[in-house]
Amino acid sequence: MSTNPATSTAITPDETIVKKKLGVGFWLCVTWLGLMAFIALFTPLLPLKSPTQNFLDPANGRPPYSPSWKHWFGSDKDARDVFARTLHGARISLTVGFAAITAGFLVGGTVGVISGYFKGWIDRISSFVFIVLLSFPSLVLAILLTSLIERSLLTISLVLGLLSIAPVGRLARAATLQFADREFVLAARQIGATNRRIIIKEILPNVAIPMSSLALLGMAVAVVAEGGLSFLGLSVEKGITWGGLIQLGSESSKTLEEAPWIAFFPILMLFLTVLSLNFAGDRVRNYFDVKETTL
Amino acid sequence: MSPPDVVRSEAEPLVETVEIKTHFKTPRGIARAVDGVSIQIRRGQSLGVVGESGSGKTVLSRSIMGLLPRNGVIRDGSVRYQGQEIGNRSSKEMRAIWGREMAMIFQDPMTSLNPVMKVGKQITESLRLHLGMSASEAMTIAERLFRDVRIPEPTRRLNQYPHELSGGMRQRVMIAIAMACGPNMLFADEPTTALDVTVQAQILELISEQKRDRNMSLLLVTHNLGVVAGYTDEIAVMYGGKVVEKAPTKTLFADTKMPYTEALLRSIPRLDQPSHSRLATIPGRPPDIVHPPKGCRFAPRCAYVRDLCLNEEPELQQAATPDHTYRCFYPVGSPEYLERKVELTRKGELVSTGDLN
Amino acid sequence: MAGTGKAHLRNSDDVLLRVEDLVVEFPVGRTGLKVNAVSGISFDVLKGETLGIVGESGCGKSTTGRAIMQLPSPTSGSVIFDGTDLTALSGEPMREARTKIQMIFQDPISSLNPRRNVRDIVLEPLSIWNRGTKDEQLATVDKILEHVGIDPQRAAESKPHQFSGGQCQRISIARSLVLNPQMIICDEPVSALDVSVQAQVVNLLEDLKKEFGLTLIFIAHDLAVVKNISDRIAVMYLGKICEVSSSEDLYRNPAHPYTDVLLSSIPVPDPTVAVKKVSVEGEPPSPVSPPAGCRFNTRCPNASDRCRSEEPTLREIEPSHFVACHHPLTGGDAPVTVRNN
Repeated sequence: MSTNPATSTAITPDETIVKKKLGVGFWLCVTWLGLMAFIALFTPLLPLKSPTQNFLDPANGRPPYSPSWKHWFGSDKDARDVFARTLHGARISLTVGFAAITAGFLVGGTVGVISGYFKGWIDRISSFVFIVLLSFPSLVLAILLTSLIERSLLTISLVLGLLSIAPVGRLARAATLQFADREFVLAARQIGATNRRIIIKEILPNVAIPMSSLALLGMAVAVVAEGGLSFLGLSVEKGITWGGLIQLGSESSKTLEEAPWIAFFPILMLFLTVLSLNFAGDRVRNYFDVKETTL
Repeated sequence: MSPPDVVRSEAEPLVETVEIKTHFKTPRGIARAVDGVSIQIRRGQSLGVVGESGSGKTVLSRSIMGLLPRNGVIRDGSVRYQGQEIGNRSSKEMRAIWGREMAMIFQDPMTSLNPVMKVGKQITESLRLHLGMSASEAMTIAERLFRDVRIPEPTRRLNQYPHELSGGMRQRVMIAIAMACGPNMLFADEPTTALDVTVQAQILELISEQKRDRNMSLLLVTHNLGVVAGYTDEIAVMYGGKVVEKAPTKTLFADTKMPYTEALLRSIPRLDQPSHSRLATIPGRPPDIVHPPKGCRFAPRCAYVRDLCLNEEPELQQAATPDHTYRCFYPVGSPEYLERKVELTRKGELVSTGDLN
Repeated sequence: MAGTGKAHLRNSDDVLLRVEDLVVEFPVGRTGLKVNAVSGISFDVLKGETLGIVGESGCGKSTTGRAIMQLPSPTSGSVIFDGTDLTALSGEPMREARTKIQMIFQDPISSLNPRRNVRDIVLEPLSIWNRGTKDEQLATVDKILEHVGIDPQRAAESKPHQFSGGQCQRISIARSLVLNPQMIICDEPVSALDVSVQAQVVNLLEDLKKEFGLTLIFIAHDLAVVKNISDRIAVMYLGKICEVSSSEDLYRNPAHPYTDVLLSSIPVPDPTVAVKKVSVEGEPPSPVSPPAGCRFNTRCPNASDRCRSEEPTLREIEPSHFVACHHPLTGGDAPVTVRNN
């Protein structure tokens, strides 16, 4: 019994494992997002011009002033500094986007995973609720709600969060369903793991990857939605947002023609941020897309 | 015995490959999936291609049929069909050959059938496309094909969707579709691996019957030497992208030369062995085709390995019987092989498999 | 054939598992119909024995394995393991009892969580049950990994997809061993593997069985593999047991026509042996509406009117060889049919 062909064999030298790379594009996006997050967090502390002060300059004639050394992004009709206002706008836009998707994940993600795992009546009820939520045209619902309530940072975030519950929940449920019947879950049950442990240790690590990429994409959607709402004058009442700035800059075709910078810079920031979120989300998904088979 | 024209057509191969290579570009480097394979299949003949997963057997059959993507694939060597070079043809040019001249059946009939189309439609489609038949003509032929492949109640089955059929029935539908345009050459890639044993036997029987009736050539890809034994004229054993032994089926079993082939044969559990008899195994795993070993590709796993095997790659050797070739310095039966075998038996490392020897 | 009956059950103190009248049914969507996956089967397994369960897909063999584990619980019947009826347990006691029986599945890759470390996967049972300190747990895991032929160092650094199919199956085996179970149910453990790798896994199971004093249930569709590893074999067809006997007897004297079909369907790796024409046509009928009488009667070459109306029960035709057939091929009192060649 000294030699045992079955157990003494098996291992050959480890094959060279090639690390997947996220790529330069991803890191550029992350840098941009980091910069935006920094700006959003610390705007009041930055040496910026006041976003509300009117920098009237009689020598330059009537505002709006075009971009110059003094006003990098130019000024609006009331001679306010577009650069300072754009950076201040990041604050509300990003906070709303982040808060909305967090709320969506907390509620939608939890409900989705639980209904996908336990199935049965829980699943039937939650799926019905999701379908009802998805059946409302979300923009109309958002407009309705925001026109009825007091529009603060919190309420706007909650409204957008409410809207993201159903899509997030559906994806979480689908991703969970895909893994709940896999044999490794069965294997966990037969070694005595509790449902709670199975959800946390076996299901979540698998569901987290598609979800994290969705979180980035979802945040992009929320940022755009907030922009849309404020463009309609239905976002946070007191405060500067990108949507509000864009709306101001495109009040009339005349403003757009004569002072395009007022709308252009907020649009550019919004565009770059949303692009970064989408691109990063996509890369994250690819990166974690492990091969499950070597056969 | 046979008319002269048959003799001529049997003399020259229907399909021939000369040193074909199919390499894939991967992040780790070049994967040499098929690395210089020459085979010939004559009209009405069947060739079994046997190997473990990763041996290149599936890639070989797809390379011949031209089913591989263009991107990231490096191809070399020549593929000839009825004497014409087809290795460098585009998919567009190959379309004239697919279906009418060559057809393929796959391991999983569920994924190779379109789930949202009735099976009858899937078969008539190809008849109308390739042979320009009218809808009603095609339906009649389809019904006949279904009867040929022993599908009970063909008229009803034609109106069903793939998910309404059992695995074996789906594979029969696949065979009917493959037979639709009367191909000369059939590729069957692990056609029974997903099926139950009793159904496996039925399907293999059906394939070989169709081959006989239509004087078709067959290339049967499988990992199980037991499966090909009864259904092929010739067998090519593949290992690490190369053919390591090729012989007429009976010769291969009776006069095995490659220790790898011998090991493969011995690892099949046999019914006539007593229970709990120790199965012979092949230690280790198939070679890394990105960085293949220097000498003989099987050397690291071979029980009869010697220094030469690790350093030099054996050329194709001709065995005593015609059409029997192998790649080994110390084939089964050579003095070096026997010497090592005695040592191994003494040390108890060679698992006895009953009366195999 | 479709057989009920308990003539083959043994009265011994060594019986580790005794399954009686096991029935498993699943609803078909909301149609009100049900799949009769397992329809009243009984069998027992002695300590240290290997029972092979063989049959085609849909015969209920895997469902039987899972019903023993109560994953899910059977519709009716009893599963007495080591003196305890598992069907009567729930909650904590059930969770505890399950650890004494472990299961290995067919798909080695799907059985392992792709996102977890291999060493973690094998450690999980110990960490659930808090057996010993963390260091002791790791030592146990590494010892068992080495035992099944996996380098613990590599296991600590790798995810399942970095291993081959055969190695993944070894990892599954390691996981099932760490809790020191008395019985392992192997559900088609080698069907997804290459022939050469199958042999490695079968040998490994035989070795482990001896070293750990295990009792095995080996479920597979390949009778050649089952015959090699089993002491006793139960042949299943459409939710019923057709034949039970020692593996040697089953091979030498198959009494049930279905067993004979299974035996003759196995391809023989020898071109000089003429390929046997399979004596059955078609495939098993749907378990939603199984045929009356003997369930094999629709495909059986020897079926009579009696087979279509009366269900045969298991009876002994030679010592320890039981068959549920009105017209067995060997032994028995009914007319004996010549073996189909």
